[in-house]
Amino acid sequence: MNRRLLLLVTLLAALALVLAACGGGGEEGSAPTETAAETGGAAETAAPTPVPEQKEEAQQQTGQSLLETVKARGKLICGVNQALPGFGYLDQSGNFAGFDVDFCKAVAAAIFDDPNAVEYRPLTAQERFTALQTGEVDVLFRNTTWTLGRDTSVGLDFGVVTFYDGQGIMVRKADNITSMEDLNGAAICVQTGTTTELNLADQMRARGLDYEPVVFEDADSTFNAYEEGRCDAVTTDKSGLVSRRTVLQNPDDHVILDVTLSKEPLGPAVLQGDPIWHDVVMWVVFATIQGEEFGITSQNIDDFMNSEDPNIRRFLGLEGDLGTSLGLTNDFAYRVVKHVGNYGEIYDRNLGPDTPFNLPRGLNDLWTNGGLLYSPPFR
Amino acid sequence: MTTTTQTHTTPSLITSIWHWLRDNLLTPWYNALITIIVTPIVAFVLYRILAWIFFAAEWDVVKQNLRLFMVGPYPQEELWRSWVTLGIVVLLSGLSWGAWRGREWTAPISVVVLGILGALFLPITAASKINLLIMAAIFVGGQFLGAWKGEHLRKYVVWLWVLSFFIVLIILWDVRPSSTPPFFEANIPSGQVGGLTLTILLAVIGIVASFPIGVLLALGRRSSLPVVKTFSILYIEIIRGVPLVTVLWTASLLLPLFLPSDIRVDKFIRAVTGITLFSAAYLAENVRGGLQAIPKGQYEAAQALGLNYRQMMQYIILPQALRIVIPALVGQFIALFKDTTLVLIVGLLELLAIARSVISQPEFIGLQREVFVFIALIYWVFSYSMSYTSRRIEERLNVSRR
Amino acid sequence: MANTPLPVEHARPPFWRDERVLAVIAQIIFLIVVIVTAVYLFNNAREGLAQAGLTPGYDFLRLRAGFDIGDSIISYTSDDTYGRAFLVGIVNTVRVAIIGIILATILGTIMGILRLSPNLLLRGIATVYVETIRNTPLLVQLFFWYTAVMLKFPRVRQAIALPGPTYLSNRGLAIPWIEPLDGFRIWFGFFIAAFVIAYIVYRVQWTREDRTGQTSYPLTSALIAWIIVVIAGWFFAPGQPFTITRPELAGLNFEGGTVLAPEFAALLIGLVVYTGAFIAEIVRAGIQAVDKGQREAATALGLSTVQSLRFIILPQAMRIIIPPMTSQYLNLTKNSSLAFFIGFPDLFAVSTTIQNQTGKALEVISIVMACYLTTSLLTSLFMNWYNQKVRLVER
Repeated sequence: MNRRLLLLVTLLAALALVLAACGGGGEEGSAPTETAAETGGAAETAAPTPVPEQKEEAQQQTGQSLLETVKARGKLICGVNQALPGFGYLDQSGNFAGFDVDFCKAVAAAIFDDPNAVEYRPLTAQERFTALQTGEVDVLFRNTTWTLGRDTSVGLDFGVVTFYDGQGIMVRKADNITSMEDLNGAAICVQTGTTTELNLADQMRARGLDYEPVVFEDADSTFNAYEEGRCDAVTTDKSGLVSRRTVLQNPDDHVILDVTLSKEPLGPAVLQGDPIWHDVVMWVVFATIQGEEFGITSQNIDDFMNSEDPNIRRFLGLEGDLGTSLGLTNDFAYRVVKHVGNYGEIYDRNLGPDTPFNLPRGLNDLWTNGGLLYSPPFR
Repeated sequence: MTTTTQTHTTPSLITSIWHWLRDNLLTPWYNALITIIVTPIVAFVLYRILAWIFFAAEWDVVKQNLRLFMVGPYPQEELWRSWVTLGIVVLLSGLSWGAWRGREWTAPISVVVLGILGALFLPITAASKINLLIMAAIFVGGQFLGAWKGEHLRKYVVWLWVLSFFIVLIILWDVRPSSTPPFFEANIPSGQVGGLTLTILLAVIGIVASFPIGVLLALGRRSSLPVVKTFSILYIEIIRGVPLVTVLWTASLLLPLFLPSDIRVDKFIRAVTGITLFSAAYLAENVRGGLQAIPKGQYEAAQALGLNYRQMMQYIILPQALRIVIPALVGQFIALFKDTTLVLIVGLLELLAIARSVISQPEFIGLQREVFVFIALIYWVFSYSMSYTSRRIEERLNVSRR
Repeated sequence: MANTPLPVEHARPPFWRDERVLAVIAQIIFLIVVIVTAVYLFNNAREGLAQAGLTPGYDFLRLRAGFDIGDSIISYTSDDTYGRAFLVGIVNTVRVAIIGIILATILGTIMGILRLSPNLLLRGIATVYVETIRNTPLLVQLFFWYTAVMLKFPRVRQAIALPGPTYLSNRGLAIPWIEPLDGFRIWFGFFIAAFVIAYIVYRVQWTREDRTGQTSYPLTSALIAWIIVVIAGWFFAPGQPFTITRPELAGLNFEGGTVLAPEFAALLIGLVVYTGAFIAEIVRAGIQAVDKGQREAATALGLSTVQSLRFIILPQAMRIIIPPMTSQYLNLTKNSSLAFFIGFPDLFAVSTTIQNQTGKALEVISIVMACYLTTSLLTSLFMNWYNQKVRLVER
């Protein structure tokens, strides 16, 4: 009995270690799923949890870009949000969908000619940078704000904006609040650990307004408290507000104020120090923008194949070798637009008038229409 | 004290009821007064609670999310794996019950009744209902087998339990060294096991993994080697001095930082590490209590026999000490079971996290009470039955020892 | 004699089997393993930090925090430092812990005594309470108290008006409160001094009663002394020390008075109810452990149930109760960290925010751990001291 007992103890200890080592699930399968509660509505400034950039080092040593790794693997691993309707969420059939997710598909389409060659990793705001730094994901399309700090000390590379966002405030219509000044003395629900929290404090302080911050650790609690009437207002990115408003009990009772508390340019992030991979991601995004500028959609793209316009011919890879110099095929832009659509199509599909969000393009329109979307030339 | 009734005469039913009432509710006079005052309050509260449960509460939110509560976002087409797992556990429970309690009939009857009731009334698919009945049958079968072989089977059953721990992990989760090929086609990421299943897994893995560490720490704390002793004391006291949330938080923040960058730490592992490190300190104190309860004579006798430290601990002291601390360990397991709720901070989808995400489903807004009462009930059933069983076993052991 | 070796020497094994030597070697090896592991881990961390361009250090404590904290009893704005923010968290944790410990002790003692009540109904209530609360997770209870109870109170415009005037809504309980004026500091000094003086009076009177045997009403005298000092303070302070403001619905929220936030209330209720159930069991066990003869002797002396409980049973039960009670107090303090989940800015919640904003994981964690350890240590020391005291009284 005694010997057996001790043997048992040792065995369990050993196996506990083995268990710890092999990671609780099939190695490639151990995707951390974020709780549905962690619906990061905002572009959170999560801690730049410092994790060594092992990928970068490996790449510098071997001179191999992540692009090669991805090609060899046969699929892209994309870090996304799981609970932000419109941007990254699980649809009813359990598939990932949304604005950010479509860009993952675009990258996959450019590399593999298959928009579904993607493995999605739902990430929380806190763990997203770590996931990138440890090589768990190849690219982050997860409503992440491009800031100087993240571009440098967190060890990421940004470079292109997929969505120009800004922090907004939602209030109840019945309260007749129209400006920030009306919020004097208000209770405001806000999610902790976000730039949102800091912006709110700064804006209220700058205006000399008094308020009671009610701070929660996750978006669900934040919006629940707002809905129950604990707060007069709730603040996060406007896109998040729009998305969240649709799941409130009476969306029409709430209104998003016409003030912008901060700039939140959201874009894809890759690990610093891999220019080849960085270029690929950047130019895939540009391809969707340039496609819209040319008026090329997934529907009519084949009509353009006999276009005479040298710009369009270069874009579609009929002329020159822009794609191969990028490490892709020459028709990568064709693949992107064909499979996923141009920027306008992606936007309309996820956020446009036919969706519950009906979010006006605003800044996210082509520069020719008064927006900020501007692709460098494909030449 | 007050409940002693005369037993030398056999009173009629009415008299005995009256005696019981008198002893419990009516004497002395102020007791009667208290009864008169408290009865309407209790009746009113009970009425309100029952009225809420049966009329006001909207249990649809629980009915429609039952699968989510049980297994979390486990893929539908792989659900058979969780049934197989449950089957293994049920079979072993039946075997153990049979092996230790023989052809005792209350357990199998209640299992069968529960199975039938569940199949009749639970809002689940027909296949699940059949599965439920199969589970009841497996239990009864297991018990027959156990009772038939009886004593002979006991030691094997213990080993089967140990083995089942790993089999369950393999079947449910496909846990294996990364070099071997997967056993199953479908890949289950750790984030997809959730709900009650994950809660139980976390608690079981936590207690199992912390057991060896806890025993070593307990021995270390009682060791005569100053370095080992200081280390153990420091570890135990530091961990016991801080809240579990901070330990989990630390594990989730610092583990990736302290480990070499090429080791990726899944959040399940982070949670398990945090729970294990935490639980080990408490377990060590429990085991130390057991060690201290061993009379000095046992140590001296072991040394007189010429046993060295390891032999003494392994053959003489630990077996006795661990036996003494079994009730405390059960208590700790219950505490751990409840504490698994805190892995919320790591972002795992255990029962409470599922409850929170269910609450935020747009079609069930405002049903917090129903959801929280439901999961509280689940926790309660598990904790209470464990503590009740442990108390009963303790009583039996105490009786048999005298 | 020199040729006959001593039996001891004869028995001495070679040094590599000498137990003392082995012990030292074993410890050195153990120490080396521990140090190597620690160095290895810290090296990883250092490299990681260096690569991310972060320099470890506590300088950030002096930087501007930039975020606001909703519920604080010390003054704090977003212009204050991270250090100050920590302080706010610590004060909030201490506040919840102290009030919680007091209330939980009261609730637990009542319930523990009720569990032994001869009245079946009272016994039943206490048993149901203890068994329900102890067997469900505290976090579930906290969520229940906050989202299913506190947030379900009427909205601020439909607040329930109570006498006082106080208003109950899901924004909390708005009550009248003092607003300090010019003379407040001086008056407050008197206010604190009043407690000291009252205590001294109490001791003096009590000792006299003890020595001379004549009734000196120590408690009453202490109370009178307290009132006198407080009133004296009112006269000495320049002008009126404070006014009382009443809560009034103005604009979006109540103005004037003060508000007990629902987050604080939910946390407090949750902790008190939870810990109370454990304390009830401790109290019950303590009472049951007192020899039955003591109770019978008390009854024989003609003491009532309450009297025998007060003078005979409880003082003796205290000895058994105190050690487990200490760990319950510590548990309550540690459990207050769950405030994080329901939006109350306790030490842990504030720390996670600071960690998120600064990225100083190691530093913030070390501060949090140090704070909780200090609290645990202080509580243990105090309870040990108290335990000693109770022991000395018992002869």
